[in-house]
Amino acid sequence: MRDPLNKLISAIPPSGIRKFFDIASEMEGVISLGVGEPDFDTPWHVREEGIYSLEKGRTFYTANAGLRDLRVEIRNYLERHYQVSYDPDKEILVTVGGSEAIDIAFRAMLDPGDEVLVPQPSFVSYVPCAVLAGGVAVPIALEEKDQFRLTPEKLLEKITPKTKILVLPFPNNPTGAIMNREELEAIAKIVIDHDLFVLSDEIYSELTFGEEPHVTIASLPGMKERTVLINGFSKAFAMTGWRLGYACAPAPLLKQMLKIHQFAIMCAPTTSQYAAIDAMKNCDEDVKQMRESYDQRRRYLLHELRDMGMECFEPLGAFYMFPSVKRFGMTSDAFAMRLLEEEKVAVVPGSAFGDAGEGYLRISYAYSLKSLKEALAKIRRFVERLDAEQGGRAE
Amino acid sequence: MREKILAVIEKNSRIDIHDLAILLGESEAAVANEIAEMEKERIICGYHTLINWDNTSEEKVSALIEVKVTPQRGMGFDKLAERIYQYSEVNALYLMAGGFDFMVIIEGKTMRQVAQFVSDKLAPLDSVLSTATHFVLKKYKDHGTVLSDEVEDERMLITP
Repeated sequence: MRDPLNKLISAIPPSGIRKFFDIASEMEGVISLGVGEPDFDTPWHVREEGIYSLEKGRTFYTANAGLRDLRVEIRNYLERHYQVSYDPDKEILVTVGGSEAIDIAFRAMLDPGDEVLVPQPSFVSYVPCAVLAGGVAVPIALEEKDQFRLTPEKLLEKITPKTKILVLPFPNNPTGAIMNREELEAIAKIVIDHDLFVLSDEIYSELTFGEEPHVTIASLPGMKERTVLINGFSKAFAMTGWRLGYACAPAPLLKQMLKIHQFAIMCAPTTSQYAAIDAMKNCDEDVKQMRESYDQRRRYLLHELRDMGMECFEPLGAFYMFPSVKRFGMTSDAFAMRLLEEEKVAVVPGSAFGDAGEGYLRISYAYSLKSLKEALAKIRRFVERLDAEQGGRAE
Repeated sequence: MREKILAVIEKNSRIDIHDLAILLGESEAAVANEIAEMEKERIICGYHTLINWDNTSEEKVSALIEVKVTPQRGMGFDKLAERIYQYSEVNALYLMAGGFDFMVIIEGKTMRQVAQFVSDKLAPLDSVLSTATHFVLKKYKDHGTVLSDEVEDERMLITP
């Protein structure tokens, strides 16, 4: 029999998270700090809208681009929150999660051999999606000394005549890094100078904890026409299971993305779209409360990790902490595996998010204070044991 | 800082000051001080425990009583309220806008005890015109907390 498989997909390794998930799922009584989704339920008034839409029998396809009412609300929301304006008829596409938007943006833009710059550590999908779209993924290794922000130097280093897209994943999963306006302006200048495009994945845009609110690079002069802005409902509104996101892009580009979406997906789930209209309109207060709650747990986790002698930069976005395990002389994988085996605490090795994540762990604080405390006590005990094995801390 | 302290301890009054200070990014002393001030100013009036008595062997009956009154000259609602809330059976007392004047929430061991309180103590008060007693059959949610079993974390252990 012939090999039924496509060589490109066969060559892509499965997500590094998968292995941990399989092992942790087999164990009893595991406490996890490993999830990439909110611990809150979707606000009830949003769920209620979804239920109501079902009661009304709204169970049909929507327009390919999504319900127009939803696209209008997305436009309003982006104007209200990020001072950037898109035409709901030509520049906004409702997708099945931000992930679909990443996929179709690459497919709509990349020709074989085009290079995609992917700052890492970052979300696991960029590289495989770029490769599947025929592109060549070029990682940019971000460093803790820069607080895992993308610096102009690092960007310039990797630009070649073949570079077409820069992925901008901030606020960042897994590091929690953010980029402020000045830093984005420096990046934007290089992007314009080199005639690049930006895929800006801003799924965590509502979860920043600094003085200034999130800035989208699309709002900077000259950037809207070369940016695909990706966002969604999962993180800000605790709607992961609804599978709903959106992409905003210049009309000619969005038209091609819509074509792929139309043939491959048809439209995003109708129930989710009706619920999402309410999320866009009426959730500012819910989001504020959730943000405050994450911020409190962020402070708590950072304090505790540092207190037990873990080195950790202060993340100002998303709901992750990215402490270093380098001083224990172990790989991320080895550390996470021993922690799981000996203390039954599941965290994600930083190396799952690219080579630049080696030596770090991703710890999520989307957990109740009670769960965090329980897990942290175990991590503390583990760290003390490692220190004792190594004959005291190597400070 | 006050608002933030209150938002946390309203839901979890047993949190220790050490943890609370870390959550809020403040010093322990500052938080302790602020709480002491708020206790003094009667912003914080107590630290109670939310008990679902249905899950114990203890018998408890709660009732809401709507009370209509005629406030007497020189003796407004407040004076009358004072005469009502002094009874230890009275759990809560609110002055209401609308169809009646006071909402009295009382707790007793039996319906008979509640009935006796209404007929012997509340109704005979000079200014009380009428009462309407409603018994609570089941409490679903109290103080913002759903009283049923704790919800399990249904998320997968690890997700990207």
